[in-house]
Amino acid sequence: MSGDFLATKLDSALGWARKFSLFHYPFITACCGMEYMSTACAHFDLDRFGAGLTRFSPRQADLLMVVGTISMKLAPVLRTVYDQMAEPKWVLAFGTCTVSGGIYDNYAVVQGIDTIIPVDVYIPGCPPRPETVLDGLIKLQDGIRQGKQEWRWGRKS
Amino acid sequence: MGPQELIGEIEARFPGETGDASFDREDVALTVRPGSLVAVAGFLMGPPHSYRMLLDLTCVDLRASTGVFEMVYHLNSLERPSRVRLKVRLGAEGAAVDSLTGLWKNADWLEREVFDMFGVVFNGHPNLKRILMYEGFEGFPLRKDYPLRRRQPPAEKGRGA
Repeated sequence: MSGDFLATKLDSALGWARKFSLFHYPFITACCGMEYMSTACAHFDLDRFGAGLTRFSPRQADLLMVVGTISMKLAPVLRTVYDQMAEPKWVLAFGTCTVSGGIYDNYAVVQGIDTIIPVDVYIPGCPPRPETVLDGLIKLQDGIRQGKQEWRWGRKS
Repeated sequence: MGPQELIGEIEARFPGETGDASFDREDVALTVRPGSLVAVAGFLMGPPHSYRMLLDLTCVDLRASTGVFEMVYHLNSLERPSRVRLKVRLGAEGAAVDSLTGLWKNADWLEREVFDMFGVVFNGHPNLKRILMYEGFEGFPLRKDYPLRRRQPPAEKGRGA
């Protein structure tokens, strides 16, 4: 009983820490990149939410921001980047193209990146306003905060 | 030399190999038989006509109306404000035409794109494989009989190009 209580408290503390230390990897392929830039820069300031540190290696990142159209030919590259990230990791689908393929309802474009990798938060918009992105980020943070945290020593193998 | 004279010269030099010649201001358009495409293009490329630049080449799927694939080549002169448009009609079954890579280096990727999208084979091309789509992709997506809603699995890992 007391063990459970302690684990819950630790989960809560760890969730709080994790939600404010998201290192993100921007996987940018298309025009949504402009909105990503304005979100990340001083006007909208992603850093206010503790997600300001951009990593250009997936091995150092917790949050994969998939920004822009993913073509069928690019799909294995995205999968590799996701596989290279260390746990715990989260994925943000940024813009309509990543959510569903968007206007590119054709042979060449992946119809939603959730056919390739798991997605935590979907941000609609073509492209999404920075406010929408921040809203999505806050929703992701809420999920991280409330979710069950993975404890390396708690894992039963 | 005006466009009318250019058409006359091509027709005199390649009798029976060209047709449907027309022009609009300085720009000539004509249809060439597949067998003499390289000869006609080489003739236009060299002096004195010097259409030394291959602007673009592409293909149109006209099988529904006239039963052919129509290749279109745009040549540009670097000396005069003048262009030539060559068209080659290819049979619907086993469409193939000689490659222009011997004349223009940039024909390489352009022809690969047409091969990728339409399945037209270019004889003598040094590296005829898909350029935009991936290995394992079936069919030719810009053909009119490629189903609009057909979806194929994405590329596999390590099999990008």
